[in-house]
Amino acid sequence: MRNRNHIINVTALVFIVTVPLYYLLRAIYALPQAASAEAVPIDQMFTGHFIAIAFLFSLIMVFMLYSAFVFRRKPGDDTDGPHIHSNTALEIIWTVVPTFVVLGFGIWGTVTLNDLVSAKENEMTIEVTGQQWSWSFAYPEQEGFSSPTLVLPVDQPVVLKMGSKDVLHSFWVPEFRVKQDLVPGQETTLRITPTEIGDYKVRCAEICGTAHSTMLADVQVVSAAEFDAFVEERTQAPVYAEMTPEERGEMWYTGGEADWASCAGCHSLDGTRLAGPSWLGLYGRTEELEDGTTITADDDYIRKSIFEPNAQIVATYAPAMPAVFVDTFAAKEAEILANEGIEIDIVDDLIAFIQTLEE
Amino acid sequence: MNTLSIWLTSAYVRGLIGQIIGTAVGFGFITAIRAVMGLDTSNIEPAVVFGALIGVPGSLLGAGVLTDWIKWIFGKKTPLRHGAPEGKPEWSRYINVDVNHKVIGIQYGFTSVLVLLIGGFFAVLFRIELAAPGMQYLTNDNFNTLFSAHGIIMIASILLGVGAMVNYLVPLMIGASDMAFPRLNAFSYWVGIPAVVLILSGMFVGGWDTGWVGYPPLSLRAPLGVQLFLLGFYINGLSSIAGSINLLVTVTTMRAKGMSLFRMPIFVWAAIAASIIQFTATQTVGMALLMVVTERTIGLNFFNPTTGGNPILYQHLFWFYSHPVVYVFILPGLGVISELLPVFSRKPLFGYKWIALSSLGIAFVGFLVWAHHMFTSGMNDALRIPFMISTMFVAIPTGVKFFSWMATMWEGKLSFETPMLFVLGSISVFLIGGVTGPILGTIPTDMHLHDSYWVVGHFHSTMFGGFVFPFFAAVYYWYPKISGKMYKESLGKLHFWLMTPAFWLMSLGQMRAGLLGMRRRIADYDPALGVETTQVLVTVAALVIGWSVLIMVYNLISSARSQKMAATNPWNSRSPEWQIPYPVPEFNYDAPFEVVGDPYDYGLDGSKYVQTIPMPAVGD
Repeated sequence: MRNRNHIINVTALVFIVTVPLYYLLRAIYALPQAASAEAVPIDQMFTGHFIAIAFLFSLIMVFMLYSAFVFRRKPGDDTDGPHIHSNTALEIIWTVVPTFVVLGFGIWGTVTLNDLVSAKENEMTIEVTGQQWSWSFAYPEQEGFSSPTLVLPVDQPVVLKMGSKDVLHSFWVPEFRVKQDLVPGQETTLRITPTEIGDYKVRCAEICGTAHSTMLADVQVVSAAEFDAFVEERTQAPVYAEMTPEERGEMWYTGGEADWASCAGCHSLDGTRLAGPSWLGLYGRTEELEDGTTITADDDYIRKSIFEPNAQIVATYAPAMPAVFVDTFAAKEAEILANEGIEIDIVDDLIAFIQTLEE
Repeated sequence: MNTLSIWLTSAYVRGLIGQIIGTAVGFGFITAIRAVMGLDTSNIEPAVVFGALIGVPGSLLGAGVLTDWIKWIFGKKTPLRHGAPEGKPEWSRYINVDVNHKVIGIQYGFTSVLVLLIGGFFAVLFRIELAAPGMQYLTNDNFNTLFSAHGIIMIASILLGVGAMVNYLVPLMIGASDMAFPRLNAFSYWVGIPAVVLILSGMFVGGWDTGWVGYPPLSLRAPLGVQLFLLGFYINGLSSIAGSINLLVTVTTMRAKGMSLFRMPIFVWAAIAASIIQFTATQTVGMALLMVVTERTIGLNFFNPTTGGNPILYQHLFWFYSHPVVYVFILPGLGVISELLPVFSRKPLFGYKWIALSSLGIAFVGFLVWAHHMFTSGMNDALRIPFMISTMFVAIPTGVKFFSWMATMWEGKLSFETPMLFVLGSISVFLIGGVTGPILGTIPTDMHLHDSYWVVGHFHSTMFGGFVFPFFAAVYYWYPKISGKMYKESLGKLHFWLMTPAFWLMSLGQMRAGLLGMRRRIADYDPALGVETTQVLVTVAALVIGWSVLIMVYNLISSARSQKMAATNPWNSRSPEWQIPYPVPEFNYDAPFEVVGDPYDYGLDGSKYVQTIPMPAVGD
């Protein structure tokens, strides 16, 4: 090169810029809390990548901006620059060095991936089912009950065996870092070892139709003792005759031991907007319907909404409610009549439960 | 004839009428058959699909693209017509079927910018919705249709923009009088129009919520609009295939005397690499799209798992085209950067051969990486590793380009007119896209980032840096060649200084949201993610980008009306198209030229790239 000083300046600047840029990047690009064992090697790779990003970005930008300032054309100078064509040694260096760098990252990625997908000792299996637009989680090793909330014991390796009832979905808890699609007609697996007790959310990451944005489910990572209590509560056979309508209503809401889609998949209790309207303060509320008319959420309206789901859609919501409950509720009521000899009305139970949800 | 009647009888209006008539005929035909057979006619989907298909030849017939070919079938010879339609003014060439590559290039360019504005408007609509959590003024379905349409409409715009640059520039740069197949060239452009009409009309028959990828089984259940989207996408592919064959034949057979491959302007290399991809990969996506259409319409079974289909198969077929096609978008853009940098640095392009071959290298490696879009799809684990390694290899030829550009600028004599600013802007934005790519390429980090807003930020950086910024640079740079006038430098600079920082803010913000857990393609987001401020900034940045593009449109239109003619070679370029005065003759060079040197020998005294071949004396 004709002027060694420029090269020295730029080299120094690249290194001077790289370090603060790296810390700036890490400040802007914060990762969510790391709550799984998988997050550790993944976050190490993130660090590696961010160092590479900071260096490469500085390298090119410093060269470009330095040239723009130092080599700008003087006013009135219409001569050309030096006639430098190419430099084979340079070309080979900037082909070969990146090759080794990307290969290094490739090998690092391979080793880490192998870790993430290989089976762990004493894994617990949980079956994950996605459907438009809710999640359900079954525990085959705990008598197979199912839950709309994913409850995980801390530090227990789990393997999620996942399937979809309709279209593609994708299981992503950002705090766990790993992600896997749910494919109808095929079982996919994902391994997670949660390490931090706390509440998280599963967020569907593959566009799955109208209410994709609200296809969320709660995740609770709990202590081993709390998990056992959870399992015990869910596996005790309920005696419906001994429960109040409100208690039964809450049970129907979460799906209970019935195998229908839980209400909880699409209707929140805390006002969060999911695929359907929240039940918080629903009873007696005046709702605006799609056609501009309004209606009061009384017993009749709630019953009709469950049995003829697409007759009266609340404005801004999609007609997403499955029309299966006439049959599934009747079957369940007949089963309870046969087992316990009492007649219950599941919709009445639900209405009683909704009445307790005052704002 | 007055202006209005010239517009009303233009090929655009006739094509639209033809498409409407064709659609009505196709629709009526199927409805009648179904009524006669006693089938349920309230299911209009088969009739709409058939109508949409018949509408395309209807549009081409109406516009008059097929007239010559139909005459040939009946044994009538037709000469190539040049100039405006009979009895109409010169400017009406641009709104009628014309076979001149410069006219077609400008038609591509106008349509590209118009479609860009439509797609950008969609983006602004849903960006405003995303500025705050909760649903503001769109429903989920509106939002899903808008972002899906934004994706495919922008892809159509970019393909049109690539068509504009390639059509206008390549014959001029290689000293050809036109493209090899002028009628096919017109067909390539005009078949794209009904495609865009189909996609846009899909929004009015229920829309669709599949994104531009159209993955089954969702696309098998989506509203009727998805059919028109799939068909529009498919028809657009015809344009790509025909256009790329034409370009490859033109470059291989019609170069000026002495123009060996390594003496071609570098943009031509990029055009070749892009055309090879279009020519070989488009069929695959066309097939995948048609498979969904037939599965929906006539019950063929490919992807529905409940009847033995496989949804992952679609993803392979789709990405086998749709990954390489992003290189169709960016290679011409990177070609523009390589073309302009030497002119504004007054230095030879550093490592010409390496840059030329790196385009082919990117095109080649681009065919081996499609499955990185499917790292979390549930495909076989044994496939993930090789696709991770091949994906990382894309960085190598891309790096060669960056390093060569830096070496080109080094110790040059740089000046900063608007095209150069956009070139530097391209490099900075494409750099953001480039350095944020490998983190998506290594599977462990991709397991967090896949389908998140990080991908949205990364993708928009590559598209803006690889296509939008260079396209704008090209528009400003060749504007004096096309219009004979100079654009307003102050407005050009304003456009640049608004758009570049805004774009940086937008893409960096999108990536931040993604890393924190925001999924892509969501109508609403969870405020608990802590990305509310970021969303507001991204929305404001998007609005600034939108306004800055409108400034460019105003600049181009108002400058064309100025009285002052631009200099013949305002950039002091060595490229042959700048050696001839405005306007460029119908057949480009009145006297053919011969290549006698290298294209970018700036700073080599007495060197010449081209010289006119002296006409042989009469009787020689």
